[in-house]
Amino acid sequence: MANPDFESNARWRDLDKLLLRPGNLVNENFEPGPQLRSDLQEYARVLVVGAGGLGCELLKDFALSGFRNLEVIDMDRIEVTNLNRQFLFRLQDVGRPKAEVAAQRVMERVSGVNIVPHFCRIEDKEVEFYNDFNIIALGLDSIEARSYINAVACSFLEYDSEDNPIQETMKPMVDGGTEGFKGHARVIMPGVTPCFECTIWLFPPQVKFPLCTLAETPRTAAHCIEYAHLIKWDEVNSGKAFDADDPEHMQWIYSEATKRAELFGIPGVTYSLTQGVVKNIIPAIASTNAIISAACALEALKLATGCSKTLSNYLTYNGLEGLHTKVTEFFKDKDCLVCGPGVLLELDTSITLQKFIELVEEHPKLLLAKASVTHRGKNLYMQAPPVLEEMTRSNLNLPLYDLMDKTPKDVIHITGMVSKNDKKTSCLRKLRVVFKGVDVVTEMDTAGGA
Amino acid sequence: MIRLFKVKEKQREAAENNNGRAPVKKQSPGELRLNKDISELNLPQTTKISFPNGKDELMNFEVSIRPDEGYYRSGKFEFTFQVSPTYPHEAPKVKCKTKVYHPNIDLEGNVCLNILREDWKPVLNINTVIYGLNYLFTHPNHEDPLNHEAAAVLRDNPKTFEANVRRAMSGGYVGNNTFSRCIY
Repeated sequence: MANPDFESNARWRDLDKLLLRPGNLVNENFEPGPQLRSDLQEYARVLVVGAGGLGCELLKDFALSGFRNLEVIDMDRIEVTNLNRQFLFRLQDVGRPKAEVAAQRVMERVSGVNIVPHFCRIEDKEVEFYNDFNIIALGLDSIEARSYINAVACSFLEYDSEDNPIQETMKPMVDGGTEGFKGHARVIMPGVTPCFECTIWLFPPQVKFPLCTLAETPRTAAHCIEYAHLIKWDEVNSGKAFDADDPEHMQWIYSEATKRAELFGIPGVTYSLTQGVVKNIIPAIASTNAIISAACALEALKLATGCSKTLSNYLTYNGLEGLHTKVTEFFKDKDCLVCGPGVLLELDTSITLQKFIELVEEHPKLLLAKASVTHRGKNLYMQAPPVLEEMTRSNLNLPLYDLMDKTPKDVIHITGMVSKNDKKTSCLRKLRVVFKGVDVVTEMDTAGGA
Repeated sequence: MIRLFKVKEKQREAAENNNGRAPVKKQSPGELRLNKDISELNLPQTTKISFPNGKDELMNFEVSIRPDEGYYRSGKFEFTFQVSPTYPHEAPKVKCKTKVYHPNIDLEGNVCLNILREDWKPVLNINTVIYGLNYLFTHPNHEDPLNHEAAAVLRDNPKTFEANVRRAMSGGYVGNNTFSRCIY
């Protein structure tokens, strides 16, 4: 496979410094040598999720760090406001899919790299699509999208009978995020480090103004804009859905907000502030994206080659005044519904749902009374409200195995009441159910389903 | 580090074994949490809940409240709940489908309840929201108005307010606005 034109050692001089020499801080499996670079180039497959501010940087960084098999997925088309920081795009690209242009530009500039673009929503891909990659790098701006990819990556994770995660089934993620001058980079190794859902509380709640303030006593330009967006739009355009990406809609909001601001003598309503408030945009800073992506790409390189121990496990960066950066080690939630092992239960295929609910109540690891049971989005039994209890009651006498479509092993979720020190608290638990005497050789998926 | 070769082999095996596997229905953590909220609902006498999309689609549902005291006694008010996959990070979206003369609910059905917006916290749940809605009917509040005409009447002349509420609920006019009958 060697091509002397771009295989010259000069090109990989810096990478080779990491891959050819031993060190004290390397991973325990690290075997320095030239083979490592060619393995990285041949076998490491990385998916970049998002081709925006972070995604552009990530693709470039990966390509220049020796990765050759890259894919990128993004559902958006290029807008003129992207051009100041999404440096792979030019004015004439406006309107074209971000993933396609980003892939093309990086391939033009970095020889030997192959990037496959996917212009679609992340939910449009089969779950198996994501299993094809060794590392998933996230350059996203929403909690919802992160939560989805996290659930998919964790769904490949399997645990052994001692509840230890099985290494070959781990799908590592590196996640970057930026907001103005602030950013984070983190390494998620499902089953080892906290997954996105273990630490969802890290995200601050969105600022929301009380509706009555908007309606009655606006004090700021943002109040006037939110009034037009949340109250006036429905009043005037009854039934028509507001589309933040439609310039006409945005113009309408802007002009209504301006009228309102004049009425109350409030300065400061502009078109760009209107866009910012309605779409919840914080101005992006190109250098923050570059710094965060560089940290993510380096972590991916460490994961793939073992040339150093990885970040453990959450880096924050703040460039607002001077520079502050620090690494915090978060711990995973052992009962996490997404990445945790769940309680393993071996059952007979004949057990009815009723008997199963009784078993869960007596099981020493659960002791969960009044259980409601859900399997892959199907509510098998609901204790409340009465209308759902009635609809699911007839399942109680059926075998659980049949209710689970005769799946030999799978994850189910139960909710119910647990007594601790005479206090009753409600809880939601994940269970790994395995049916005895059923062939499970071809079954791979267990830990996920959340 | 990832053992690249091992991973490669494993993946090939997985792909081969993949045929005939049931398609995976993804259930978001938000859906699981909502299921928990629903399975623990403890509704007041005044409130009924229904799931128009059946027992497996709980993210959109309807709640009807029939207050048994206060200005709105015997009226019936329908609400829609829309829960996002990032629940409980985000509050449920609640709208009142019944047109109502109320200082804290506007004629489009927007509801001014603090726990639905600025004071929402992930430890709150569907039950709390439902109790909050009930509270709005027993304690309409003229200090946080969304329908400011109704709020002014409640503040300055509670007797007129009471008469207006009765007229609106019986399907009459208040000012220029017509209401549908919601007393059954």
